[in-house]
This record gives sequence, structure tokens and C-alpha cells, in this order.
Amino acid sequence: MRRHPLMRILNAQTVALAGVLLLNWFLFPGFFDIAWQDGRFFGSLIDVLNRGAPVAILAVGMTVVIATKGVDLSVGAVMAVAGAVAATMVVDGYSAFTAIVVALAVGTLCGVWNGLLVALLDIQPIIATLVLMVAGRGLAQLITEGSIVTFSDPHLIFMGTGSFLGFPMAAVIALVLMIAVTLAVRRTAIGLFIEAVGINRSAATFAGIRSRMLLISVYALSGFCAAVAGIIVAADIRGADANNSGLWLELDAILAVVIGGTSLLGGRFSIPMAVIGAIIIQAMNTGILVSGFPPEFNLIVKAGVIILILVLQSPIAQQLLIFSRRNAGKRSTP
Amino acid sequence: MNRSLRPLAATTIIFIIAYGLSVAQFPNMFSTRVLGNFLTDNAFLGITAVGMTFVIISGGIDLSVGAVIGFTGVLVAVLVSWFSVHPLIAFAIALVVASAFGALMGCAIHFLQVPSFIVTLAGMFLARGAASVLTQDSIPVNHEFYSFISTLYIKLDGGGRISFIGGLMLLVFVIGAILAHRTKFGSYVYALGGNATSASLMGVPVARTTILVYTLSSFLAGLAGVVFSLYTSAGYPLAAVGVELDAIGAVVIGGTLLTGGYGFIFGSFVGVMLQGLVQTYIIFDGSLSSWWTKIVIGMLLFLFIVLQRVIFSSSAPKLKHVRKLKHE
Repeated sequence: MRRHPLMRILNAQTVALAGVLLLNWFLFPGFFDIAWQDGRFFGSLIDVLNRGAPVAILAVGMTVVIATKGVDLSVGAVMAVAGAVAATMVVDGYSAFTAIVVALAVGTLCGVWNGLLVALLDIQPIIATLVLMVAGRGLAQLITEGSIVTFSDPHLIFMGTGSFLGFPMAAVIALVLMIAVTLAVRRTAIGLFIEAVGINRSAATFAGIRSRMLLISVYALSGFCAAVAGIIVAADIRGADANNSGLWLELDAILAVVIGGTSLLGGRFSIPMAVIGAIIIQAMNTGILVSGFPPEFNLIVKAGVIILILVLQSPIAQQLLIFSRRNAGKRSTP
Repeated sequence: MNRSLRPLAATTIIFIIAYGLSVAQFPNMFSTRVLGNFLTDNAFLGITAVGMTFVIISGGIDLSVGAVIGFTGVLVAVLVSWFSVHPLIAFAIALVVASAFGALMGCAIHFLQVPSFIVTLAGMFLARGAASVLTQDSIPVNHEFYSFISTLYIKLDGGGRISFIGGLMLLVFVIGAILAHRTKFGSYVYALGGNATSASLMGVPVARTTILVYTLSSFLAGLAGVVFSLYTSAGYPLAAVGVELDAIGAVVIGGTLLTGGYGFIFGSFVGVMLQGLVQTYIIFDGSLSSWWTKIVIGMLLFLFIVLQRVIFSSSAPKLKHVRKLKHE
């Protein structure tokens, strides 16, 4: 069944986003105000895009990993490693370009490591990526030698705080990455392969899909996305903080993917919806901040949203829905 | 030797070798003082690891334990310092709240059929958030009961002492081991982790067991929070951040299979001690930075995961068979 393109945009995620934004507007009337200043846009809405970009970027990689019935817990630690590499290299006198390329390569390598554990050693993804989640922050501290490496290279800082056509650079990078990966998986057969491996890996292998190679590439992509996010976060604060960079962001990224409707049991996935999930999370954070609630409520609200989604997605709720529809049908046709 | 005991033996042997090497380098490490401190410093982690072992054997995971420790610590501190409740009553309230919280998570996991990973993640946010809403600051606890507890210890030869909380951890491990290996509940947990469908067909009460496992895990996390509060004499909403990872690490290093259905309570004890050994070694060395702890524990995790893989794939020649089929 093909629906009208405009109708396809209208789904649970976009409605939820609109709801959160309207609620923010209700709590803080200036929420939609956008000002043009110093060649760029300013406003709460732009702030949501800017602050939500790192999680959105992580969510792009995480969606593809979760679609293969996996999960990548190491993205926060990989962010710290990539930020540490970029900052240390810039401080050591390398150009920003070299630093970024090496940091991206290191992040991708971390992803390949995860992929090798999952694909070749057949280790459960949660556990395989747990290794790097625990050790990664230690590695990052090894690179920065335990201190927060600060830098002033204008090109590297531009990655985090610059603007492109008036929009924050971080949001632009997230958008480009989202479009590129979506096109790569949806305009080729790769997306189908990913879903096949996620639903039943051995069946997919017997059908001729090189599932090992695919899994390694998927984790490599997640590592790459984590490195991009790590560079942006480091550039934003002009320093690499091995302890706090990307801390708990893996959980936000997983949450964004789940809000985006991707099944944790593999198979069905949508990258743009996961990015919208990331924006919903950030809109809630910003909403709580601008409306004057104490930031401690943030976690409770987040937990409430997860519980709501879980209840709505659960088989019992689906059955109740069918049941009530049937009952309604019976009553109208006696 | 029984094949199923191999991972446990491997962990124990690695601990003995590692401890032997450390003693060879720093002879002072072989003293009852160091061993006593192992128990005291890791008491809250050990108690948490017992609960985590049950959850992992049942085929799930509990990410909320660190947050529950933080929440119980804050709750106890608030009750004792602000409302001048006697610590023992505060402990009881905190344990009841923690157990109810775990039971709720268990219900959500069973009745909503959601992966435990996501439910306990929500639980983690909720407990951490609730603790932060109660207070933002560290609340000190000054009560004569706390000083009384710290005077309770068993003296050992050589100046070492088993403190009250260290002894409590040992007791929890013993009770946990009996519960897992010698009771009906224990065999239900193993059956559930082995294969939930077969378990329910065999008549294992799946709902009750699932809910009880998460209740137990949260109860023990609450107990760990009480121990943490006795250990630090304060309640802080950001206390014990990341302890869930240390606990999962200890359980895996202890030879418990993360897919469920297989594991030992005693293994988790060795896992906790091994993590304590790494930390103590780094303190003794003095020149190594604390971040080496994370790297070494990461490497240990990797080692044991690969080890489990090798042991279990040698007993189940499934993959080779598949490859052979392909070539034919």
C-alpha cells in the first residue's frame, strides 16, 4: 500500500516531536523565536538542533547496529578516544585536517574491533562492546595522560562551534551523515541485507549474504559515527575530557533509536526516525531547562518517556487495542 | 575434572597466579591487612554482584543497580539526618523501597515482554533522577549507630580485620550460593536462563521467578547502598555511578555465561576479588595511574569472554558442522 508522501511523514515520532515542541512553547512562550545575529541563527530551536547533534550522529550508527540485532555500548568511550586523539594531535602541531582524519580512523578501528568480536568470535554484542566501553575511557586517559587537553586550533574548533549557512556546524554534519547513510542503505541492497541478518543471521548466511563482513562494516560505521560525535564534542568545549566526554551518551543513543521505532530484536529500522528520536530527547532536555524546572527532573522525565513507549509497544497493549476495536465493532453491528 | 567447572577453575587459577606475582613484587601485599581491606573496600560491589549473578543466570541484565545504590544511600541519609529516624528503621524502609522497585521492573519485563536491558535502563534513569530530586548535595550522616557499626570487626592474625560490612558481604555470598545451587528457586533461575520456553513447558513458574530475580537483585543493590552508606557515612545522588558495569564485569570474569543458564556465585566472588587486586596493585605500585584499572579490567573481560568461547565451542561442534555442509 503506497501512501501519499505527505501522509508518510505523519507518524508517531513526528507527532511526538510536535507535541514536545508545542509543550515547550506552552511552558516557555519564546521557544520558537529565532534571531539572525553575526551571520547565524540563534534561538531555542537552533539550540535543540545543535545540542542534539552528537546523539543524532551516534543514533545513525546505532540504528544500523541495532537493526542487525546487536547493540554498541562502546560509543561513549569511542567518543572520548576520538576526541583525545584529535586534541592531542593538534596540540602536538599536526594540522587540524590530519588530526581529524586520524581520529576518524581510530574510531573506525575501534568499531572494527567490536565487529571482529561479534562476527568472528560470535560473542553477544552487549558483552563484546562492553569490553571497549570499560577499557576505552582508560585508553582515552592514556592518550591525554590524565589531563584535559585544551587546544585553540581554529579549524578544529570550527567543527564544534562554527556555522554553515547560518546553521550550527554540528547539526549540518549530523544532517549530511544521516542523508548519506540513509541513501547508502536504502538506495542499494545493503539495507535489505542488514534487515535479513538482523532477523535471522544463519538463514541470511545460507541465503548467500556475507554476514561476517556486513557485521564488521556495521560496527565500523558505528565507531566512525562515534568518532565524528567525539570530535564535535571536543571541539565544542575546546578540549578533550577523557572522563566526561560522551558519558552515558550510548544510553541516549539507544533511547533515540528505540523512540525512532527500530526494533531492539533486529530487523525493521529507520535512520531518519532515530535522528528525530534524538531531537525529541534534546527538545525535552531544553524544554526542562528553559521552562525553569530543575534539571534533576530530566532523568525522571526521560524514564517516564521510555516507560510510556514500552507500554505502547508491548504485545499486551496491542492486544488490548485489537480487543477494544473488536468490541466497538460488535456494538455497532448488532 | 567436571567440564562445567572449567571456567570457574580458570578464574580461580588466574587470581592465584596474579596474586602470587603481585606478592613476588610487593611482599607486603601478602598480609591479612590487605586481604581484610579487599573485603571492606569491595563489600558493596560484592553484594551487588551476587544479585547480578542471579539476573544474568536467568538470562537478563540489570543496569539499574548502581542507581539503586545511589538512591538508597540518599534515602537513608535523608531519613537519618533530616527526619532523625533511627538508622535501622531507615535501612528497613530503604530495603523495602528497593525491593518494590525491583519487583516493578520484573513485572514490566515479564508482562510487557520488553528486553530487560531497556526496562532496567529506564529504572536506572528513574532511580538516579529520584535521588537527584531528593538532594543535589552530599548529605553527611552523623549518628552513634554508624560509629558503633565501625567498631564491629573480627581481628585476624597480623593486624588485619574483617569489618562488619566485609563480613556481611561474605555472608551474602554464602546465602547466595545456597540459594542458587541448593534450592528450588535456584534451579528455576537456571532453567529460565537455559531456555525460557522449555522452562515454562516444564512447569517452572516463569512470572514468579522473573519477578523474584529482579526483586532479589534490587534488594541486594539496596543492601549494597546501605553498606555504601556505612562505608562512606554519607549519601550522594551520584554515588556508585558505573557500578553496574563493575558488577557485570565481575560476574563475567567469574565464569558466568552471559546468555544465561550457566554460572557460579563463587565465581563472582573471585571476579570481585580480582578487580580489587588490580586496584590494590596499582595503589602499591604508586607510579601507575588509576586509568590502568579500567584498561586491565577491560583486558581481563576480553580474556574471559574468549576463554568461555573456546571452552564452549569445543564442547559443541556446531560451527564446524555448518562449515562442512557448505563445502559439500
